[in-house]
Amino acid sequence: MTHQEPAPTGGAVLPPDAGGEVGTSAARGDSMAGRIAAGILASPKASIAALVCVFLIGAALGAPVLAPQDPYDLTAIDIFDSRLPPMSVGYEGQRYVLGTDTQGRDMLSAMLYGLRTSLSVGLTAGLLALAVGTALGLVAAWAGGRIDALIMRTVDLMLGFPTILVALMILVVFGQGTWKVILALVFVQWAYFARAVRGAALVEIGKDYVEAARCLGLSSGRILFAHLLPNCLPPLIVIGTIQVASAIAAEATLSFLGIGLPITEPSLGLLIANGYQVLLAGLYWMSVYPGLLLLALVFAINVVGDRLREILNPRLVR
Amino acid sequence: MTAFVIRRLLQSIFVLALTSLIVFLGIYAIGDPLEILLSPDASLAERDQVSRSLGLDRPLPWQYLNFVGDALGGDLGRSFVYNRSAVTVIFERLPATLELVLTALVLSLLIGVPLGLWAGVKPRSRTDETIMTASILGFSLPNFWQGMMLIMIFSVTLGWLPSTGRGQTGTLFGVQTSFATHDGLRHLVLPALNLALAQIALVIRLTRTGVQETLPLDFIKYARARGLSESRIVFVHVMKNILIPIVTVLGIEFGSLIAFAVVTETIFAWPGVGKLIIDSINALDRPVVVAYILVIVTMFIIINLLVDLMYSALDPRTRARPA
Repeated sequence: MTHQEPAPTGGAVLPPDAGGEVGTSAARGDSMAGRIAAGILASPKASIAALVCVFLIGAALGAPVLAPQDPYDLTAIDIFDSRLPPMSVGYEGQRYVLGTDTQGRDMLSAMLYGLRTSLSVGLTAGLLALAVGTALGLVAAWAGGRIDALIMRTVDLMLGFPTILVALMILVVFGQGTWKVILALVFVQWAYFARAVRGAALVEIGKDYVEAARCLGLSSGRILFAHLLPNCLPPLIVIGTIQVASAIAAEATLSFLGIGLPITEPSLGLLIANGYQVLLAGLYWMSVYPGLLLLALVFAINVVGDRLREILNPRLVR
Repeated sequence: MTAFVIRRLLQSIFVLALTSLIVFLGIYAIGDPLEILLSPDASLAERDQVSRSLGLDRPLPWQYLNFVGDALGGDLGRSFVYNRSAVTVIFERLPATLELVLTALVLSLLIGVPLGLWAGVKPRSRTDETIMTASILGFSLPNFWQGMMLIMIFSVTLGWLPSTGRGQTGTLFGVQTSFATHDGLRHLVLPALNLALAQIALVIRLTRTGVQETLPLDFIKYARARGLSESRIVFVHVMKNILIPIVTVLGIEFGSLIAFAVVTETIFAWPGVGKLIIDSINALDRPVVVAYILVIVTMFIIINLLVDLMYSALDPRTRARPA
């Protein structure tokens, strides 16, 4: 195992020559992308969901341009405009389409920035977990024996505990902060990827192309990440999609409980938590709208993920 | 079988030891208990004295062994807030949580299984599509937000059900429970529904998959050939075959319900262990936090152990795996 590439980078990023070597991987990759696109377009439900995903990612990226107000800029916020219901006109004549919060912040702007925070935390955590889990799963399948047993027993152990509980314990023990939330999410999610990759890799290892690569004297690292990995992609894509959704939901839950992200970068979860304080007073818009946005995001990603599962499931391929 | 049980037991003990070490290092060694126990203007001599009396001047390994020794005797310190044994405080709150979790579990079966059967016997129909999309919606709904919406609709707008607290409890079979009084039951509805919703979605999916895997089997064809009615086939023959996996998974999901009870109890101010841990985190009540983590981890280790043992009893193939 001396040729092992460093785990975090090796799993997620393919070397540039990944496809060219065996020849089949590049062609396969193209046909897979085509199959995914065709499969999503074939289902109206999935097409709409994919469109919503693209739209929301665009809104998150464009938040600084799209938002009517910079919610972090205290000079732009007017305390006279606090607690205004949706469609109100503010002190300086500006219109608050989704109302304002208790500090007089424009809800729409706060939500756009919150979406940005939620998405970036969810994507970062999901991709890191994918990298770590993939690397460990491949190593387990390749090495076998004691290393395999050690990694897989750890996976079983992790999967025996609910995500939210482990993340909560980690944050309680090690303190809060954006990176700690991301690390906690990676820590609870890598196991799903590791199990899926190991299963797929064990099937692939028995095939002739791996034997051929071995006979060519290629290093373990090269065989694992350049040849095996591209062929283990289908389950990874499905689980990756669903885990990003689950990371976003988990972060929102942790932030709602007050042990997630710091209040300086309010995510959607924190916005909802703020709205919860005034919900019983009938000021519904501070929690309903951010919640709907969070729901739309998680639901759209899950619908796409569900469709991907149907498209990429080898049992359903005719 | 004996070897398997022993191996799994050792594994469980190892995990518990590891957790206790991490919790100890995280909470006791990195943080400074003196900061919390002493007032900021305490003199150096006072600090020394308290530090010695707590054993904080001893080497870390000694402190850890001492911590483990106390923990094994059920002593995880006194709560700063309640001024009682932390373990006692937790066990007092546990029945309320279990009551909520069990109700949610039953609800998820009563609603989830029929819907899953319905979707499963009509694959790719409009009914199936609708139920399956609803189930994705069910587990996409952020648990905490969904609870807030339940409060907004049923408590604030319609005024049908109370939004917070456990209500009046009565005694049923010698246990204090909300099941015993009308008021208690009314308080139980919203939190239980909130907790159950994601599980309902899961049970629907499991049931549907089970039905679709069972329907093409020979014994179903045989039952059809015998002229049995379709409802008898679905509710007796198919049902028998899918209940085993569902019940097994629910055993595991029981744990996840306890985890999500933290969220539900926070929203509905339900006086269980979940609300206790969040309150304790906010109040920096470390002994309770530590006790909660260790009690819950122990509980999970026991649940997982039981599930594994059950599997290996039912399916000898699972025993063959190397440790």
